[in-house]
Amino acid sequence: MTTRIVELRRGILKKNDELAAGLRASYGAAGVLVLNLVSSPGTGKTAFLEWTLTEMRKRGARVAALVGDLETDNDARRLAASGAPVRQIKTHGICHLDAEMVGKHLADWQGVELAGLDYLFIENVGNLVCPSSYDLGEAIRVVLLSVTEGEDKPLKYPTMFNSADAAVITKMDLAVPCGFDRFAALKNINEIRPGMRIFETSVKSGIGLEEWLGYLGEQRKERS
Amino acid sequence: MHELSIISSVVDTVTESVASYPGARVVEVRLRVGALASVVEDSLQFCYGIATEGTVLEGSRLVVNVVPVVMHCAGCGQDVEMAGLQSFRCPQCGEPCFDLRQGRELEIDAIEIEEADEVTA
Repeated sequence: MTTRIVELRRGILKKNDELAAGLRASYGAAGVLVLNLVSSPGTGKTAFLEWTLTEMRKRGARVAALVGDLETDNDARRLAASGAPVRQIKTHGICHLDAEMVGKHLADWQGVELAGLDYLFIENVGNLVCPSSYDLGEAIRVVLLSVTEGEDKPLKYPTMFNSADAAVITKMDLAVPCGFDRFAALKNINEIRPGMRIFETSVKSGIGLEEWLGYLGEQRKERS
Repeated sequence: MHELSIISSVVDTVTESVASYPGARVVEVRLRVGALASVVEDSLQFCYGIATEGTVLEGSRLVVNVVPVVMHCAGCGQDVEMAGLQSFRCPQCGEPCFDLRQGRELEIDAIEIEEADEVTA
């Protein structure tokens, strides 16, 4: 028997990364700003996105959303009430969205063309671990954290927070009853991703939402 | 939790690569995994045992080499290794670091195979 070492140097997620690069190029060519929303289950991604879609449509922006869940199309039905085109991606047990799922759902989405959109939101499966490894070709990865989850979430899930471009703190209307330590949360986010843009929001009270919409507008302008 | 899909992809790639060495047996598979890659070694090892059953990788060892996080410190003007994942500040000057240079790797580095010696008639 002869022993041989074969150097492979092959990225394990190479296929996903290649598909994501293709998607990124097509988003760029169509002039659509794509955002990937990630958080734990129950942070309020859907409520936050419902408000965002509804409000942006009122202001004349062309918006759409893809939403990932293991099962059910409950979130898609909630989001569709905004009037924006929404498509559910059921992962059937897979804990994250990948570029292939996104590409397929975009390719045969009846009545929706990337070139006809200004913004596309992708609501990922609620999970702060696995989605961090899968590039969906997005321009901006937004990590959401609610005041009910604890200020140390960024320290517990550094890989996700470090890979994000912006952070949204949700349910700020509950900050006082929950004893939320705002300074600790901001400090923890800054330790993991120094200088990251942070929005402190509540869709119930309306706090922080204008600033969020302003950011989306700026980002689209900057990148187009 | 996504370790099984990662390992399945490793099994596919290695099986494909070994096909160019007929009769070869895989002894070891070496991965390079960044400290920020979001995968857990124990979980990789557990999935490896299951996913390799009935393949050319069955019975082989999985070696996971962890790649530390390296960031570029603008203050010091050099690449610095982070001590852990709880703070992304330069260990030398304490400045926050924004520019990741290493630590998200997730790749198959190399495989060790045993080839049957050629039998000449």
